[in-house]
Amino acid sequence: MGWLSTHGGDVWTLLLQHVWLAAVPLVIGLLVALPLGWAARRWRAAYPILVTTSGLLYTVPSLALFILMPLILGTRILDPINVVAAMTVYTVALLVRSVADGLGAVPEDVRAAATAMGYRGFRRLLAVDLPLAVPVLTAGLRVAAVSNVSIVSVASLIGVAQLGNLLTDGYNRAINGELITGIVACLLLALAFDWIIRGIGRALTPWTRA
Amino acid sequence: MIRFDDVTKEYPGGTVAVNGLSLTIPTGQITALVGPSGCGKTTSLRMINRMIEPTRGLISIDGKGVADLDAATLRRGIGYVIQHAGLFPHRTVLDNVATVPRLLGWDRAKSRAAAQDWMERVGLSADLADRYPSQLSGGQQQRVGVARALAADPPILLMDEPFSAVDPVVRQQLQSELLRLQAELHKTIVFVTHDIDEALLLGNQVAVLRVGGILAQVARPADLLAAPADDFVADFLGHDRGIRALSFVGMPRLPLHPELTLALGEVPPADAPDWMLVVEGGHPLGWVRTAGVQGAVDTSDLNRSGTVASLTASPREVLDAALSSPARRGVLVDDAGEFVGTVRASELATLLEAGQA
Repeated sequence: MGWLSTHGGDVWTLLLQHVWLAAVPLVIGLLVALPLGWAARRWRAAYPILVTTSGLLYTVPSLALFILMPLILGTRILDPINVVAAMTVYTVALLVRSVADGLGAVPEDVRAAATAMGYRGFRRLLAVDLPLAVPVLTAGLRVAAVSNVSIVSVASLIGVAQLGNLLTDGYNRAINGELITGIVACLLLALAFDWIIRGIGRALTPWTRA
Repeated sequence: MIRFDDVTKEYPGGTVAVNGLSLTIPTGQITALVGPSGCGKTTSLRMINRMIEPTRGLISIDGKGVADLDAATLRRGIGYVIQHAGLFPHRTVLDNVATVPRLLGWDRAKSRAAAQDWMERVGLSADLADRYPSQLSGGQQQRVGVARALAADPPILLMDEPFSAVDPVVRQQLQSELLRLQAELHKTIVFVTHDIDEALLLGNQVAVLRVGGILAQVARPADLLAAPADDFVADFLGHDRGIRALSFVGMPRLPLHPELTLALGEVPPADAPDWMLVVEGGHPLGWVRTAGVQGAVDTSDLNRSGTVASLTASPREVLDAALSSPARRGVLVDDAGEFVGTVRASELATLLEAGQA
């Protein structure tokens, strides 16, 4: 605790940076995954292509992706946008399948009833299919959030500051207090993300507990 | 009036679901589409609201071809009920029922008021309004399905085996409630079922389809039973056609016989007949065998095997009342359920034989 008591301010700054780098890609990734997942469900042939391709993206090592981003986007090497973009790729990789499977979990008779009531395509998606996909979607988002919190820490290696700095610095200079603070902070942050997403998921699905 | 004009539905691969169907569905009546699985009855139903598009032929409603209408607009004007109700699991009962009014752009208050009204009319208590579908019994879900289909008061109602997934007792209730509702509403109802008895019970006219989507016969229930067009229809109608036909013929004027009755707690007189009817407050409770009664009659002496028919019942019910009675005298009651007299099977049979029905 000794180390933390003198570096509280720094840790707080890094924590906020970490939240930002993990949360923004989560939101953007979800917005990108929604149409892709919908398309994977809409066209039978698209499902294996979209789900497999997006899944493969997840296997690209994070360090490689962080380094590649400036080349692809034309950004500066130290720009945090590189990290946001790379994390968005990972989020999309995880969520396309969740969206597709979540939409696929909507019972066929419910879908047919909605059409027969006179819902048009897009409105049915918003009013019937998406709300019913929320449980599967929430499960996917929780995995993506925890994964993001973990992967973002690697960004220290390309000079983008966040909680990962405590790990690299603590390791290089053998400061146990800093190392442990970094690990515990990442863990608590992951738990907080998980807790918030679960809370939102529950608020959106009162019917699952009825 | 809904018209099918030489309508064919062929799927890629050559499967023909409906083959040259021509059928007129009269306004304000129930038309039952019945047949074995694979006869195209559901496909035919779904072509009316364009859930399925025909390959050839024309379907029109009051002279307007459905193919010319915007599908979603058309569907909002046609109620639709399916087998497992297909309720929206994420919406409360009231919001489920208010679906079509909301789609039609009615404001929230008006939609909810209409939904409440229809819930009441299909026999759903108001305290179910805030429940979710998963909290309801199968019968209640089906009622919500019917209320949802009726909420915007469409002139046409399509029902796709709506009662086949509920238990027989509930099914009977739902069937009689549908008939009660229809007597008030006079909707044009197309009712798909694989159960010929349900078709005969509910349909003003019954269309029998055979596998491959070919119309075998369309007729009123009594005519179907009296004159099946071919072996397929006769087989599909099944056994007991003579008895079942009695549901659809008029009741002949039958002599009503008075009956010596007993109340609970009374002692049968010395010269009592073999069987006496026990009546309490005007309502028949059952028969007692007078020889077996020790002193005053109590409920343990009652034989309840006899069914009771109302004065407006069909010959089938009256005949059943007579045959099921241990005294062989059928108990008839009035609209209030009060005993009015008994009938004899032999007298009814004589009249039926003489063709007075």
